[in-house]
Amino acid sequence: MDILSLSLIVAKVVVIFAGLMLMVAYMTLFERRIVAFIQGRKGPNRVGPQGLLQPLADALKLLSKEDVTPAGANKIIFNLAPVITFVPALLTIAVVPVADNLILFGREISMVISDINIGILFILAIASLGVYGIILGGWSSNSKYPLLGSLRSSAQMVSYEVALGLALVGLLMVSGSFSLSEIVHQQSSILEWNIIKQPLGFVLFAICALAESNRIPFDLPEAEAELVGGYNTEFSGIKFAMFFMAEYANIIASSAVITTLYFGGWQGPILPPIVWFLIKVVFFLFGFVWVRATLPRFRYDQLMRFGWLVLLPLALLNILITGIVLVL
Amino acid sequence: MDNLETKPIGPSDQKLMEINMGPQHPATHGVLRLVLQLDGETVIKCTPVIGYLHTGIEKTMENKTYLQALTCTDRIDYLGPMLNNFAYSLAVEKLFELDVPPKAQWARICLAELTRLNSHLVWLGTHALDIGAMTMFFYTFREREVLLKLFEDCSGQRMMTSYIIPGGLYYDLPPDFDKSIRIILETFPSRIDEYEDLLTNNQIWINRTKGVGVISPEDAIGYGLTGPTLRGSGVNYDVRKANPYSGYEKFDFEVPLGSNCDCYDRYLCRVAELRQSLRIIRQAIDGLPDGPFRSENRKFVLPPKFDVFTSMEAMIHHFKLVAHGMIPPAKGEAYVPIESGKGELGFYIVSDGTKKPYRVKVRPPCFINLAAIHKMVEGRLIADVIAVIGSIDIVLGEVDR
Repeated sequence: MDILSLSLIVAKVVVIFAGLMLMVAYMTLFERRIVAFIQGRKGPNRVGPQGLLQPLADALKLLSKEDVTPAGANKIIFNLAPVITFVPALLTIAVVPVADNLILFGREISMVISDINIGILFILAIASLGVYGIILGGWSSNSKYPLLGSLRSSAQMVSYEVALGLALVGLLMVSGSFSLSEIVHQQSSILEWNIIKQPLGFVLFAICALAESNRIPFDLPEAEAELVGGYNTEFSGIKFAMFFMAEYANIIASSAVITTLYFGGWQGPILPPIVWFLIKVVFFLFGFVWVRATLPRFRYDQLMRFGWLVLLPLALLNILITGIVLVL
Repeated sequence: MDNLETKPIGPSDQKLMEINMGPQHPATHGVLRLVLQLDGETVIKCTPVIGYLHTGIEKTMENKTYLQALTCTDRIDYLGPMLNNFAYSLAVEKLFELDVPPKAQWARICLAELTRLNSHLVWLGTHALDIGAMTMFFYTFREREVLLKLFEDCSGQRMMTSYIIPGGLYYDLPPDFDKSIRIILETFPSRIDEYEDLLTNNQIWINRTKGVGVISPEDAIGYGLTGPTLRGSGVNYDVRKANPYSGYEKFDFEVPLGSNCDCYDRYLCRVAELRQSLRIIRQAIDGLPDGPFRSENRKFVLPPKFDVFTSMEAMIHHFKLVAHGMIPPAKGEAYVPIESGKGELGFYIVSDGTKKPYRVKVRPPCFINLAAIHKMVEGRLIADVIAVIGSIDIVLGEVDR
């Protein structure tokens, strides 16, 4: 590998992760403003024009907070848990193509950090890692509410991960490829979007993605009304911020993956690909926020029943239907 | 985990986890503390611990004159101040054999129903917030703001109104009272529809509340439950119908009843009561008679302020009432129950013939309703405890007093 391609990779990593972190920061503001709009409030609009500096102020506040470790906590795991949750949340975006290949100085540059041919498997593998941070964080706090939160988290993960994987099988049967770039290239017009071919698969995947991000109606591990803060009760300062950022990075990654798999990724007329990609991602981010502002929370036995008795059979049915259609 | 200061309840079993829900907890509506024994997430035993907000209100009232004690009633159930004023005033009026002019009676019913709306709106918002539907909270508080503005117009205070006094009202109704009520009557029905759109047929809401917190009609009567918590179990007992006061018998309204005895039916009952309250308010404002807003009995009721400056007699009455207080005609006792937002609320007042009550005892609906919580949550999950706390609609100010 020559110096040029190495520096290209580094440049892509820096640009995409910086963009992601920026989106994470402004996702908090976006969510608060949208939720405020839905609830007939103003939302944060005092720090900077339209509250645009609010994420910075929040970050500064969280960074300067005292970092408390509860007595009797397992210090190593307690400090490691936020990192274990945060890092996988950032990794998913590595295989998502954000734009078409770019020809620059006679070189073809793919607009994805790593265009691996098992992209979907990578996403599934990475997505299921994040939950370990939550389980470990709750367990290592040596506190009762976080313990309950982390137990709920493991129950929840078992319930939706199977359906999440199976929901994608139908898509794989249609596209015949694990590579995200390949899947995007197949959806060159709106009629070829996978949402047309896999409507049920999309609905299942969207629900599972919502569950994976631990947000209402699936925010059982933190459920502030029941478990105070759930797994993150004992975390403060930057460690809390890392859990928080992981949640938002997960939402963005989920939106990006939904866009890529079902809505033609960066494909679109007139506007540059990256703009189309962002428009679609923001659309789904809005959807996530809207759901949060509207729905109540599941109870955890209901979530498990929902996962095993509704999502799983539907995912299997989806595979069956896809198979029949493909054979015919 | 042994360093928590909770004493084990019952035989200690290593498999059970004991957890303190409250007194600082986002969903215990104040400072309620529930000591839960958990097997996994299943509640084996639930013991409410109260008293964190005890302010000795009953005792304080015994050390004040009858009119001063009125201000303490605002602070009992701070979500329904007018209803507390109402219940206290009725008991004092019975003790003093005071007459209340018709205008005051109708206005009191109107205000009491507005306060019931206020109380139910806060209940709906917080109950939904506990179950995760965050937006409901802001919608109901938006409507509550209109009501608080109206209370402020009437009494000068948003929450601690002290507006309904023995003998009538403290001031006359504000000039634009009628107009404000018409606006409320016009806008609220569609707002209530909006709440129902968000919750009533929401599958998650139904899952979370249906079949949760069941209490049989026999148990409900046995524990002395009142209000929507009782009516959710299908028992038709509403003080306004069973034992009408202040002219409720002249009003046409229904008492919504549940049948499944669960949180969902209690929710439906209260939402239906919101509509019934609007119905009563409409009748009260349509039929609001003219006339004096408080009794002309100068022995017990303050004269109008203008007369105090112009008439010698009125000034003497004013001085006597303010300096010496109202002195009851005889020794005696009085109790008048009313239907507050939470259930049967009554003040039991014993007089020894002096200017201060000898004993004031509040019959608080929340305190008695809360006593049945273990019946509703034992054997169920932690998440259900939250739903049940919401559905019995407690205010800790009233539980602890």
